[in-house]
Amino acid sequence: MSDAFNWLYSDVVKDHFMNPKNVFDPEEGFKADAQGMTGNVKCGDQMLFMLKVKDDVIEDVRWKTYGCASAIASTSMLSEVIKGMGIRDAYNIKPEDIVKRLGGLPDNKIHCSVLGDKALRAAIDDHLAKTGREGAFRNEGVKIICTCLNISDRDIEDAVKQGARDWEGLQERTKIGTVCGGCKKEAEELLHEYVHIFAED
Amino acid sequence: METRKVYMDYNATTPLHPAVKDAMVRDLELYANASSMHQDGRAARARVEEARRAVAELIGAAADPERVVFTSGGSESNNTVFATAFHLGRKGPRRGIVTTSIEHPCVLNAALWLKDEGFPVTFLKVDQYGKIDMDEFKAALGPDTLLVSIMAANNEIGTIQDLAEIGRLAKAAGALFHTDATQAAGKIPVGVDEWKADYLTLSCHKLYGPKGVGALFIRKGAPVEPLIRGGHQEHGHRAGTYNNVGILGFGEAARLAKAELAEYAARVGALRNRLRDGIVAAIPKVKVNGHPVQVLPNTLNVSFPGAEGEAILLYLDLAGIEVSTGSACASGSLEPSHVLLATGVGPELAHGSIRFSLGRLSSEADVDYVLSILPGVIKRLRAMSTVEA
Repeated sequence: MSDAFNWLYSDVVKDHFMNPKNVFDPEEGFKADAQGMTGNVKCGDQMLFMLKVKDDVIEDVRWKTYGCASAIASTSMLSEVIKGMGIRDAYNIKPEDIVKRLGGLPDNKIHCSVLGDKALRAAIDDHLAKTGREGAFRNEGVKIICTCLNISDRDIEDAVKQGARDWEGLQERTKIGTVCGGCKKEAEELLHEYVHIFAED
Repeated sequence: METRKVYMDYNATTPLHPAVKDAMVRDLELYANASSMHQDGRAARARVEEARRAVAELIGAAADPERVVFTSGGSESNNTVFATAFHLGRKGPRRGIVTTSIEHPCVLNAALWLKDEGFPVTFLKVDQYGKIDMDEFKAALGPDTLLVSIMAANNEIGTIQDLAEIGRLAKAAGALFHTDATQAAGKIPVGVDEWKADYLTLSCHKLYGPKGVGALFIRKGAPVEPLIRGGHQEHGHRAGTYNNVGILGFGEAARLAKAELAEYAARVGALRNRLRDGIVAAIPKVKVNGHPVQVLPNTLNVSFPGAEGEAILLYLDLAGIEVSTGSACASGSLEPSHVLLATGVGPELAHGSIRFSLGRLSSEADVDYVLSILPGVIKRLRAMSTVEA
């Protein structure tokens, strides 16, 4: 059985899908200090992250999604991992770390798992903005290329390291340019640069 | 309610009918090449011809069973028609192709191939129910029209086109008329004469027969360019050693489909309606896709705003219910169902769509089980959704 059909039987994924952790419940009265939304319903998935932050440490987290099973499972896992974590460390969590903890996802599902990570960064950015440090982490050498989906040059670099070699491969991994497409030229230039640096042999 | 296995994906494929299976097992012993002249070869050939008559009878071509050519399935049958159009069009004078925007990918991609080869191809739009607009169709027909290819019934939403009228107009324009009846056969009456079809595609595994076998009806006099060249099998229209067992299974499946059609349509149609009415009653803000009346008796396509299709599918799967979805996430592409988008439902409703396709083994208990599980699944997904239902 190939991975694409086997994934449901990863017990960790199945458990997070069946019993997702930290899902926002309006009855609960969770008051977020910061929140971030990413994705687009047109693309079939959207993610909202809500954070309670104290002294730059994530105390608690809730999330909501219009998304598939992989998005639900990976975001549930992410929400568990970041509790008690400093916002800078949380900002730098990579989707592949989450996928690893889930026991893997099939290749065509990797792009579903990046949404939680993107929403989390957006929420942390919101926190930074609210505390007078707007864009503080973005300036650590990261540049947003796709403003619709909040995808940075670092994401493109990571995608290339994971095997993206062309525009389609890049879109498959990051969903870049699937909303307005305005970033395509710049993203393709970066793509070629990173392929040259990291992938050509 | 106890967990049970409920298969509601009959438009994807069907289980073997027990009688088909028995016939195939019996015929496994009949190994001879149906093209061989000796006794065993002739015996095998006789069974192939018996199967051909049964398939011809299913589609109203009993008078001339020879017009049924066995293939490896629906995709091959459809591609044979488009390959024929390619060869005809290259010689001219007619080159125009008229098809719809909701065809199965094997027709869509074959039409896109011809477009890429410079043929003028029209993809007809459909209305909110998935029906083509007859005025647009008439306007698309002209002295250049070579081939009209319009599916009899849609695989995703079940909408049935007005085939008799479409065939009449296509023939009046002097075009060749092909219909992909893969989903229609065995579910509604299929008649090559009533529809004036020059070509008609069938697939066996949608009819409780084996996979890997299909047929193409080719009207006498209609041109055909083989997709597979080789020996003289099938009058040279389709080379390759006869797939005896598959063909025999197809014959038995076609015979049963014809014999059971009326009972099937009434019984499965009632179950589908029970499921549809139950869903509409139990779950707020759903949208039933497809035509309300001109629809396959077994097919129900529903959009659940606020809930994503793949997540619905997998929650149902965990409860033992097997369905399919038009969500992009399930297909591995970034685009949701082209059929639903063509009906104008919008990407969000397309991503949140589920196709329930029932069949001969479906029961009231199956429907009631789905109705006991589905509302909870939708409620749960909507509660965690960023999108208002």
